[in-house]
Amino acid sequence: MGDFIQLGLGRWLHILAGVMWIGLLYYFNFVQVPALAEAAKDGTAPGITKHVAPRALFWFRWAAVVTWLAGAMILGSHFLDAFLFRATAYYPIGVGAWLGTIMIFNVWVLIWPNQQKILGLKPATDEEKAKARRVAFLASRTNTMLSIPMIFFMVASGGVFKTAFFG
Amino acid sequence: MKNPLDSLWGTVISGLVITVILYNIVKFALQ
Repeated sequence: MGDFIQLGLGRWLHILAGVMWIGLLYYFNFVQVPALAEAAKDGTAPGITKHVAPRALFWFRWAAVVTWLAGAMILGSHFLDAFLFRATAYYPIGVGAWLGTIMIFNVWVLIWPNQQKILGLKPATDEEKAKARRVAFLASRTNTMLSIPMIFFMVASGGVFKTAFFG
Repeated sequence: MKNPLDSLWGTVISGLVITVILYNIVKFALQ
């Protein structure tokens, strides 16, 4: 029963939440940012920043938390084996776990606080908003970049998939 | 030099490059 919950349901939840997190990350980078640049030209950007972005950010940041916690639950007693690279079997998932951890740090420390200034949820001067826009943009792009190796190491970390990639 | 993260293609290509580098490091470490 323990394995059923920790490994079975845990992995299912990890992937469900991960799809929501990374799906919304790709939505921001591949859809919303280019759309906002176009919308700024015809004055329709407030529709996105007022009604879409806050909702997308809500699910984005909390999906990141659920993904990380479910991942930690799957690692269980091997959490430190992965993060400290203590056992070779945990090298691939260790790299994936570190990339995911850097990404959740970016979400909560760089993206969300700066988005609050950009969207007017927190008071900020125009200069502060311009700086916040750049920091949030680069952190979001960094996460998009890191998601590529992160997903690679997630899928290359177990069973036949690990053997296929690492022998 | 332009920041590759300013373009979507630059971001994706950077991610692929990091993947190849990390993959080879881990593969080497596992040998």
